[in-house]
Amino acid sequence: MSFFTNPEVAFSAKVMEIIYIFMGAMCIYTAFKNFKDKENPSQIGTFIFWFLLGIILALGQWLPPLVSGILVVLMCLPAIFKKVSKGQVAVPTMEETQANFEKIGMKIFIPTLCIGLFAILCAITGLGVGLSALNGVAIGVVLAMMILMLQNKNNTFKVFMNDSERMLSVVGPLSMLPMLLACLGAVFTQAGVGDVIAQVVGTIIPEGNVTIGIIVYAIGMMLFTMIMGNAFAAITVMTVGIGYPFVLAYGANPTVIGMLALTCGYCGTLCTPMAANFNTVPVALLNMKKQFGVIKNQVLIAGIMIVVQIIMMIAMQ
Amino acid sequence: MNWLSLIGIVIVILGFALKWNSILVILLAASVTGLVSGISPVALLETIGTTFVANRNMAIFIIVMLVTGTLERNGLREAAAGLIGKFKGATSGVVIGIYGVMRAIFAAFNVGFGGVAGFVRPVIMPMAEGAIKARGHEPNEDHMEELKGMASGMENITWFFGQVLFVGGSGALLVQGTLEGLGIHVELIDLALVEIPVCVIATILAILYYYIKDRQMLKKYYKDELGKDGLQ
Repeated sequence: MSFFTNPEVAFSAKVMEIIYIFMGAMCIYTAFKNFKDKENPSQIGTFIFWFLLGIILALGQWLPPLVSGILVVLMCLPAIFKKVSKGQVAVPTMEETQANFEKIGMKIFIPTLCIGLFAILCAITGLGVGLSALNGVAIGVVLAMMILMLQNKNNTFKVFMNDSERMLSVVGPLSMLPMLLACLGAVFTQAGVGDVIAQVVGTIIPEGNVTIGIIVYAIGMMLFTMIMGNAFAAITVMTVGIGYPFVLAYGANPTVIGMLALTCGYCGTLCTPMAANFNTVPVALLNMKKQFGVIKNQVLIAGIMIVVQIIMMIAMQ
Repeated sequence: MNWLSLIGIVIVILGFALKWNSILVILLAASVTGLVSGISPVALLETIGTTFVANRNMAIFIIVMLVTGTLERNGLREAAAGLIGKFKGATSGVVIGIYGVMRAIFAAFNVGFGGVAGFVRPVIMPMAEGAIKARGHEPNEDHMEELKGMASGMENITWFFGQVLFVGGSGALLVQGTLEGLGIHVELIDLALVEIPVCVIATILAILYYYIKDRQMLKKYYKDELGKDGLQ
């Protein structure tokens, strides 16, 4: 409780903590719903994953780091053994969505756009009380829920909870990848991995030449993403190893360099069959004959965009 | 210099490239790196705990899920199909272009319409095919194959570069978290601003590229028919 009454903690951080508690509750709801679901092939594993995630999200602020760390590892175990799955999924029927569309029509875009709008609004104005962008996301969600309730009286709180449980169960443990990669990045930093890479790469790249550093960082992001099929994994490794020691350490603008490095990675995603969800699954879904039919249509754009972004990084450093 | 500490990176690259279980790869890489670098198991767990808790903001998508499913239930996909259906008389290339603009804008608000399975296959492809038939042609097989590739390409390109404009998207949060770990603080809104020109350029390029490609194919595959039927 002292956290919420402490005047030194920013208001936005206190709001955020309340949001985390609610997110934790959503995960715990998902945990229990799957636990009771006989159609879920791994009731217990699914329960453990979502329940522990819920605890870490809701109580992380107050847990000792060692306890949080143990909970994170325990949470990952059922995911590693593929014991997290989804149970009965109440996908809305075509009749239902069509009937609702006839009732609500294009006005459905109002709650849809709410979240993004409030994120921007809060990021820029703070609504006068210092709210952050992510506070705004949550406010937008609450407002979108209220609008949806007005638009269709069938949208009760239970419908929102069950639909979110459905969505969470579908995305599953892989949605934790960014957070786990951030942990890995921290371990790399603590172990001094960045320094070792810097020494190795330093024999190839002249230290202090930020322009060459940027080019290596950007193209490295693209190539690593192509190999790993995942720009999120690539940015953790590349930023610690190349981005920081060869570019950011010399005072280059971290907002421009860090963010564009990620989208340089996305250029790699466009070119690799390793990113199966984007590049090979559509081939099957659309009954295409050429296995690389999607990638071939993306390579040119990816090639131009990597050049555009390198130029931007060099010009705006 | 501790060369062994690089083994974690090797594990990540190999693990992802060989499609091992991603979560296993990450935990394994963290444990091995800690082990060879002399970080005690307790210190390792503490680092993981602290970092995970400090990066809980990356889980903000959970609260967004509160409305994602219910929006779908209330006819968002039908509304999107209705919106794009308003453009009658468009050629196949223009259909894909319009979809690109729509998808980029909605991606910036973190809204998708169901991906290739949920939107491209049931809505965009029939529209593109219909556009060819509306001009009195029988859709050519090779043309259709390329249209599928272009529609999927548009889907991916506009989503990747559009979603980074959403303030609170997981990509920007990971960049923010990674930089924070290196002692650098950046704001989410500034990260989104940097990406605006990137998104605009990528979307325009994709539209032009696919439009030109489609035009060339229209000429190539339907030229004879044009002459035969005496159309335009």
